[in-house]
Amino acid sequence: MRYIPHTAADVSEMLERIGVKTLEELFVEVPETVRLKRTLDLPEPLSETELLRELRSLAVKNATPGTHKSFLGGGAYHHFIPTVIDLLVSRGEFYTAYTPYQPEISQGTLQAIFEFQTLICQLTGMDVANASMYDGASACAEAVLMTVRLTRRKRVLLSRALNPRYRAVVATYCSYLGLELVEVAVAGDGRTDLEDLAAKLDASTAAVVAGYPNYFGVIEDVATLVERAHTAGAKLVAVVAEPVALGILKSPGELGADIVAGEGQSLGLPLAFGGPYLGFFTVRQKDVRAMPGRLVGETTDLDGQRGFVLTLSTREQHIRRDKATSNICSNQGLCALMATIFMSLLGKQGLREMAEQNLSKAAYARQHLSSVKGFSLVFNGPAFNEFVVRSEAPVAEVLSRLETAGFLAGIPLGSDYPELADCFLVCVTEQNRREEIDALVTALQGGAA
Amino acid sequence: MTILGTSGLVLNEKLLFEHSEPGRKGYSLPKLDVPAAKLSADLCREEISGFPELSEVDVVRHFTRLSTWNYGVDTGFYPLGSCTMKYNPKVNEAAARLPGLADVHPATPPHLAQGILELMYRLQVALAEVSGFAKVTLQPAAGAQGELTGMLVIRAWHEARGSKRSKVLIPDTAHGTNPATAALAGYDVVPISSEGVLTLEEVEAHMDDDIAALMVTNPNTLGLFETNIEAICKLVHDRGGLVYCDGANLNALMGIARPGDMGIDVMHFNLHKTFSTPHGGGGPGAGPVGVSEQLIPYLPAAGVERDGDRYRFESGNIDSIGRLMAFHGNVGVMVRAFAYASTLGGSGLKHASQMAVLNANYVRARLEGVYDLPYKRRSLHEVIFSDKDLPGGCHTLDVAKRLIDYGYHPPTIYFPLVVKGAIMIEPTETESQEVLDEFCDAMIAIAGEARDNPELLHQAPVRSRVRRLDETTAARKPKLRWEGNP
Repeated sequence: MRYIPHTAADVSEMLERIGVKTLEELFVEVPETVRLKRTLDLPEPLSETELLRELRSLAVKNATPGTHKSFLGGGAYHHFIPTVIDLLVSRGEFYTAYTPYQPEISQGTLQAIFEFQTLICQLTGMDVANASMYDGASACAEAVLMTVRLTRRKRVLLSRALNPRYRAVVATYCSYLGLELVEVAVAGDGRTDLEDLAAKLDASTAAVVAGYPNYFGVIEDVATLVERAHTAGAKLVAVVAEPVALGILKSPGELGADIVAGEGQSLGLPLAFGGPYLGFFTVRQKDVRAMPGRLVGETTDLDGQRGFVLTLSTREQHIRRDKATSNICSNQGLCALMATIFMSLLGKQGLREMAEQNLSKAAYARQHLSSVKGFSLVFNGPAFNEFVVRSEAPVAEVLSRLETAGFLAGIPLGSDYPELADCFLVCVTEQNRREEIDALVTALQGGAA
Repeated sequence: MTILGTSGLVLNEKLLFEHSEPGRKGYSLPKLDVPAAKLSADLCREEISGFPELSEVDVVRHFTRLSTWNYGVDTGFYPLGSCTMKYNPKVNEAAARLPGLADVHPATPPHLAQGILELMYRLQVALAEVSGFAKVTLQPAAGAQGELTGMLVIRAWHEARGSKRSKVLIPDTAHGTNPATAALAGYDVVPISSEGVLTLEEVEAHMDDDIAALMVTNPNTLGLFETNIEAICKLVHDRGGLVYCDGANLNALMGIARPGDMGIDVMHFNLHKTFSTPHGGGGPGAGPVGVSEQLIPYLPAAGVERDGDRYRFESGNIDSIGRLMAFHGNVGVMVRAFAYASTLGGSGLKHASQMAVLNANYVRARLEGVYDLPYKRRSLHEVIFSDKDLPGGCHTLDVAKRLIDYGYHPPTIYFPLVVKGAIMIEPTETESQEVLDEFCDAMIAIAGEARDNPELLHQAPVRSRVRRLDETTAARKPKLRWEGNP
């Protein structure tokens, strides 16, 4: 076995030193009654060549933006990933290290996280970002829990236009904490319905949670949501599933959000069938001690040199145990590094340019798709790179026919939104060329006739 | 003795933001091929204040230099107890990057994602076989989220039976995540203090009609097998509770014994420990959860099921605890773990566990007598020493820091909490006898230095890029982001 260096001679010498005769004797404490008396029933070991052959044979069975023209979004986005990222994160010093418990030999990881925290603060317009969470949905759930800690209130309002998967994760996390989760309706423009919000917001409300942009790709009026939430003494949590939008949109911090949580996959991470992704989590300075997750801070060493350490750990599970702010004991270290490299390369100009391309291509697609007979737009609020299309023909049939023509044209909405059973969600990024969009329009025309 | 640690040319490197020059670019995008659209001005931000402007070369040098300040498994021996820092096979990295696996959108219709679903299904089956559980969910992103999944499943099982139990028993040797997770599942924690391994009497003394579950780690965090586990599981079951096992230490048991066969009801795996996926500087990992037959209905939504030669996501499970992640979990990590299990096979996994236990016991044999060994029972995959007998006013922290000068990543220190000044060494199976000998020589030399020249320990490390850091000031006056050039 090439990962295990022991020769037979090594094993006997080591056993002798230990003072036992056989490997079996090392397991003397494992009662006979629980021993496995057979070999594990797994396929025979594969050589490197056989393994890669096997994996390639599985890989070719999957559709990707390389095999299909893809317009799938809905919380995972096909964006440009600079070549540099994978080559840098493939350095063993980064990816084979663990949590930076020993700061003297982990300064690379620690400084990179400090830079990540800074970049995320700049992007969201917030004061403090943690070292990252599992994904956007779990970050959203942690945000809800934090507002409950801050306000000592038990009622949380979730916009129906917030990603339904995120709402489901919030519900799972809150299952047994005695919280009341209330849904706020969607208005005709695709934004959170302010009248319904007013009706449901009360003095027991801990938070109002909305997507920015929301699941339908519509840009919420965060400033108004903040104002309404604050009037009731509640917090406003803005959830950003598509951070490329923040290259052009006003930051939620600037608009007054109390917590901004989101998904960083768009910032240089591959689609990977849904993970590993990157939850980000930001708060206001005054709330830092109530926040979940790891934090890196700047300090100095004995010689006065700048250095970085994990800090404020008295909030965390290894010290506070059942009183901790969260049970999380890691972050998405390497994913945060990928996003840090992405943001470094794109920088001030690049993220703006990428955002403008998404905006323009989606606007182009929206205009042309909605002019096809039998298809129309559902929401008229301002949009970023996604939009909802209504179809006269059954959605499943339309998508299936497009699939045969080589398109992954969108995500059907019926299972999450019965009222939108005749609709699908289309996403257009800088990766979709005009020819692809035009081809989709042509294909739709063929189908509606 | 050859000392690995030395001083070489290490380059200084500023923060990204301190390199930034207005107008510099590190990217290229295709020209916009559609008419430019505009958003209404009141929605648009100014430029992102403080965001860096760097060339590609700047960025590559920056992160390459940062990487040289790190220590990874590829650099050297990393005996971090409880973390199973085994070698991360390179072919697994190539596997996860195959375009047909890395570039699949999570909302791809299942009939166009058959390869990846098959891989997930086969991994579920393999993990169930290794652990002896009836079924495995792959969704949890990490060990701690696996724990939450497991405790929610337990709670759902109780609620379905009309049981309102409100407490969970947790030994004081447990990882801090166990009590934090129990609290997140709405439970109060009842700690049990144990002396090495849990006894039936200790559990019995606490077991009443309000205890929903016992959370154990087996082998426990002292590296000892919980020898009474079967009787304990039976007792808890007889009193209407369930047993959760933290699978952090599964690397000791593959092919030897299966938690599911011991009577345990739920266990999480750490694919980033036992199944060799890289720790990535703190993540991503993956924390699949295995359960016994009666708990299957409560597993998270949408596991992968097989129907003939087709694979699909399950649906319509009304008792499910719901979803923990937006999508299907850390699939990229699953690919690596699948590659690992496929490379080793059943016999290879057992061999890995045997060599892991051999290595820990070898280190123990070489260091016993030099360092205090608080628990004398046979160790499994890791061994815990303490600083009790260290001379010269030296403590565990000093030994750890001195090990850095010798060229090693230190062991886990001051955990488990029940051992004062704990030094927790987990060598894993991928280290050779020579590596272990060199490490043990270093540990012995350090014990000698503690006696003869303790200042060497107190001042350590001196060969690292930075020396000991002021953590007190960092916590008292937190500086958590760059604020601008001075």
